[in-house]
Amino acid sequence: MYEKILTNRFEIPGYRGTLEEYEATGGYQAIAKVLKEHTPAGLIELVKRSGLRGRGGAGFPTGVKWGFVPKGSELPKYLVCNADESEPGTFKDRELIMRDPHQLIEGIMLAGFAIGCQTAYIYIRGEFVAGARILEQAIQDATARGLLGKDILGSSFSLDLHAHRGAGAYICGEETALLESLEGKRGLPRLKPPFPATAGLYRKPTVVNNVETLSNIPHIVMRGAEWFSSIGTPKSTGTRIFGVSGHVRRPGIYECPIDVPMRELIFEHAGGMREGRRLKAVIPGGSSVPVLTERHLDTRMDFESLATAGSMAGSGGVIVIAEGTCMVRVGEVVSRFYHHESCGQCTQCREGTAWLHKTLRRIEEGRGRTADLDLLLDICDNMKGKTICPLSDAAAMPIESYLKYFRDEFEQHVAEHACPFGARVGV
Amino acid sequence: MTEETIQRILSRYPERCSALLPLMHLYQEAAGHLTEEAIIELAGRLGLTPTHVMEVATFYDMFRLKSGGRCEIWVCHNLSCALLGAEQVIRRLEETLGISAGETTPDGMFTIKRVECLAACGIAPAIQVGPDYYGPVAATDVGELVEQLKRQPAISDQPSSSLLKTDR
Repeated sequence: MYEKILTNRFEIPGYRGTLEEYEATGGYQAIAKVLKEHTPAGLIELVKRSGLRGRGGAGFPTGVKWGFVPKGSELPKYLVCNADESEPGTFKDRELIMRDPHQLIEGIMLAGFAIGCQTAYIYIRGEFVAGARILEQAIQDATARGLLGKDILGSSFSLDLHAHRGAGAYICGEETALLESLEGKRGLPRLKPPFPATAGLYRKPTVVNNVETLSNIPHIVMRGAEWFSSIGTPKSTGTRIFGVSGHVRRPGIYECPIDVPMRELIFEHAGGMREGRRLKAVIPGGSSVPVLTERHLDTRMDFESLATAGSMAGSGGVIVIAEGTCMVRVGEVVSRFYHHESCGQCTQCREGTAWLHKTLRRIEEGRGRTADLDLLLDICDNMKGKTICPLSDAAAMPIESYLKYFRDEFEQHVAEHACPFGARVGV
Repeated sequence: MTEETIQRILSRYPERCSALLPLMHLYQEAAGHLTEEAIIELAGRLGLTPTHVMEVATFYDMFRLKSGGRCEIWVCHNLSCALLGAEQVIRRLEETLGISAGETTPDGMFTIKRVECLAACGIAPAIQVGPDYYGPVAATDVGELVEQLKRQPAISDQPSSSLLKTDR
């Protein structure tokens, strides 16, 4: 077994993530160390050297992102923790919030120190009522201990932190939509540039980081950039929390080195396929990424390896699909999601997601035409790279991949005027 | 809902408009849905137009402009849940309560709502009621779950899901 970094405290019997428990296991030593020994620029440099890449989906280098925030500017700066986890297949941030909230809070303090901000927000998805309550309690406890607020630990660093609940909109996980939402508007993504680093929340310099990304920072501070970058590959460093779901024996979250082979993740950690099932397909990084098949099982889960295999690391949500599952129906479910969640701002996405879903439903119900297969690809082609934000691409890429690997199933639906799998997706 | 709570929320933001979502949650919790009066009052408090507040109220899934059941059962029907039988769970819920998804029982007790990803794929198929998550829910668990919810009609303050299973 590997050493776990972010989830190691989960293994301690009885650990509930209170301030006392967190401190008793070495918590809040990283912020004390940084306030004593580091400058903001030094901390940014350390995180750059660690090679940490964002764990929310895009995989952008975290230290580089922090470095974009203008220095010496008089404008207030903001840090926003993106806890709007809503990508189908992804459920890791929930665990980090529920089981070790102070690890996240310490990560936010460190990031806040690095970029010179005094106010930070955790934008948590509205449905996580319990998670928001846990964070509010943890923030209150940390404030009472002098870890948040004015002149933290006797230094001149001050930081206020607030949990802010969204209200059920997947698009608010996109960073500029998240900022619009936090400003009390509909979550419509903004045109970039300007990027949030120069004009973000209230048009002030802002960094948006994922929960898992921020939770890594205290460990990098305590154990060093070289230790962190020794895990994984030169371009994908550290561990990653993979959420494995679908037709496996033990669905759940598993923290592994980021370059763990897919086969090992599914067949060792998640216990392999459910009784009597054979693996048909794997969606390796949340519902928005292209599907892979059994012949890709030896692919490693790092950013570059999955890209080479024709997919993406995305949000780390691994959905495992067994034989006997209808891939047209999978496409219908996935496209329904993007149709429902499109903010409606760009025509290609608003119309394209609806059209994709309608066409897939028609094929699944046995009313498809041969021309529909090329129509689907044509719609996808018109959706990719043509909109303000990546939701349109996220809707198109999976459908293209289902047609690439399972075109025969689509053709069979059309030829037989029915679903060959009995119109069901479940077990 | 007290004035003190409202002021505390307002104090978190340098610009008042940011308090809109938190205050909408608060008003909705108090009245069961966002009333016309609440929308007008919120707009006034935050210096926004009622149209802006309505735009926001209709953009987000969690806000409702009409009252629903006292107990809203959210059933995830997205991919990981669908793969493990969410549709069968929904069908059983519909049979048990005698309504279709999207409807409220005549006694005003239950509403069934299909929702997209609850980010609880590890316990798929997952159901959420208030702050509580239930899963994995089999169609055969539905009767017991409904009985359990009938016994505690008020949405509880703390997660207490007896069916909730941890992920390892």
